[in-house]
Amino acid sequence: MNIAHSHISDAISGRQRLMDRFFQALTTGSAWLVLVILGGIIVSLFAGGWQALVAFGPGFLVNDDWNPVTEQFGALVPIYGTLVSSLIALLIAVPISFGIAVFLTEVAPGWMRRPIGTAVELLAAIPSIIYGMWGLFVFAPVLSNHVQPWLQAQFGDSALVGALFQGAPLGIGMLPAGIILGIMIIPFITALMRDVFLTTPKFLKESAYGVGATQWEVIWNVVLPYTRVGAVGGIFLGLGRALGETMAVTFVIGNTHRLSASLFEPGNSIASTLANEFNEAVGDMHTSALIALGLVLFMITFIVLALAKLLLLGLESRDSAKS
Amino acid sequence: MRIFSKRFKATVTAAAMALGLAAGFTHAADTINGAGATFPYPIYAKWAEAYKAKTGVNMNYQSIGSGGGIKQITAKTVDFGASDAPLTVEKLNEIGLMQFPMVMGGVVPVLNLEGVKPGELKLTGAVLADIYLGKITNWDDAALKQLNPGLKLPNGKITVVARADGSGTTFIFTHYLSGVSPGFKEKIGNNTSVAWPTGVSGKGNEGVASYVQRLKGSIGYVEYAYALQNKMTYAQLQNKSGQFVKPDSESFQAAAAGADWKGTPGFNLMLTDQPGAKSWPITGATFILVYKKQEKAETARQVLKFFSWAYHHGDKLAEQLDYVPMPASVVKLVEETWKKEIKDAGGKAVWTDSMVQK
Repeated sequence: MNIAHSHISDAISGRQRLMDRFFQALTTGSAWLVLVILGGIIVSLFAGGWQALVAFGPGFLVNDDWNPVTEQFGALVPIYGTLVSSLIALLIAVPISFGIAVFLTEVAPGWMRRPIGTAVELLAAIPSIIYGMWGLFVFAPVLSNHVQPWLQAQFGDSALVGALFQGAPLGIGMLPAGIILGIMIIPFITALMRDVFLTTPKFLKESAYGVGATQWEVIWNVVLPYTRVGAVGGIFLGLGRALGETMAVTFVIGNTHRLSASLFEPGNSIASTLANEFNEAVGDMHTSALIALGLVLFMITFIVLALAKLLLLGLESRDSAKS
Repeated sequence: MRIFSKRFKATVTAAAMALGLAAGFTHAADTINGAGATFPYPIYAKWAEAYKAKTGVNMNYQSIGSGGGIKQITAKTVDFGASDAPLTVEKLNEIGLMQFPMVMGGVVPVLNLEGVKPGELKLTGAVLADIYLGKITNWDDAALKQLNPGLKLPNGKITVVARADGSGTTFIFTHYLSGVSPGFKEKIGNNTSVAWPTGVSGKGNEGVASYVQRLKGSIGYVEYAYALQNKMTYAQLQNKSGQFVKPDSESFQAAAAGADWKGTPGFNLMLTDQPGAKSWPITGATFILVYKKQEKAETARQVLKFFSWAYHHGDKLAEQLDYVPMPASVVKLVEETWKKEIKDAGGKAVWTDSMVQK
């Protein structure tokens, strides 16, 4: 009896140990797989873009000529378009997302929080092509008939920023692309900010109210410093999405390889160029230049995420030095 | 442990059976696979549907773009490729391919100008090229007024709209403009995507069409079928014989009839700016690519049978979708070329006259 019993328990623990080891191998393998895939992507982007990188050298990054006919390729216009449209998106999305998150966590009455919070999350689930079509068919006419003429009248003659608002108000171009991107990333940043704002301990806020702080003072001096790291992380996640967004941008950016100071003029982004030209790129050099462009986008995203990480590390060390 | 292994075994067996079934389906000889150009996709899909109903043979076509089609047939992952732009003879020989024209379409200038109805505005190739070069920027330009004495052209900026994505439509359009304007050829040139010096670009025919419909004083170019179905304001063009013609299936057929397919090696022929009083100057064919040496002769025969059937029975379907069928003389020439050039592994002709799907 006894012998049989210990035999069974041995068998069970043996099996458990086997399962444990199997599970460990599975998770380790998955983690490594991510690194292998990442490395594989970099290697294949390098290999695919090699021909263009060799032919154009570092000049690839600063040349604004993109001509499939003469096979002269420079990435400046799409790099500029990617960065500027994402910057406009951040300028719009960060304050609005901050406002919504503050409203949802501090200002709104309890019964409103859940429906509005869910509505914001639903916005994040809308496919980007819908944003693009909405941007082209609904938003662009409004922009070209009302918003852009107004902007031109207000700032067109300004010596400082006037150059940004020149040209025909087509409703298509860098500014519309930036605005659509901004609308697209608002739900991401809002959802993250709301979640981190909710982590502020109640006693901290109540203590502040207790010593007579206003609601704004509590938000600015208690909630925000406490959640700074998470909030910045949310902003960079939104930026990452804006940099790589393809369909929505293609619809409204105008898809033109020309460099222009004006935000009203059409431009191009890296992701949009890839989506437009890859299918029908027949020449080897054209394909190679497009893959090299993909590598550039990969690098930009990598640099942005690395900067975010550095910024967060800096904030953390400053916080710990203070305390 | 035993239970586990039993269940595991059962799962494996089931998976293997499912795989086996799937493999059985895909490897059946009654499926042919192709990939390539997006422009002819609607008609290829329609033909495939009708052909399957008649013969049971399944034709899979992935419209991934001409560049993708050429890459796939080069890698031999499909039975045929499709391209909007014909390949040069050197390129064909390098890969070992032959190509033949399958169906035609045309490109049409469309515009949005107050007071101008469809077909009223007259343009020459040179003027159209100057507009796309950014040399003519206003609708009351002297060159436009001279061509249209009866029309009241407003004083307003011309917004030029082009195709953003690489496409056969752009290839045909820039081929035409490069042919009629040395300045265009030198500054912009001919390709599936080019560097436009002015204006905005929309994605796809629908992108160009929506920009043109939205922007007052704009001009763009779309496929004929697209202009027709959306009732867009098109322009007349002057052809090589000096006549102003409207885009319709008659003027496309006229362009194809005058073309010298017989004297062109490898069917490497663009139909732009063809002679003939009725010819529409921006016409083009779309092409099918197959290997000259076929290791799987039976599959190759199925592919050719499908296209032969489409040549002889597909005209009505093509016209319903506003494509233009190839003239009978060209079809005969293509089928003769199959007979001469496509061989199986043993060097025997894959195609014989008796296989023509009359």
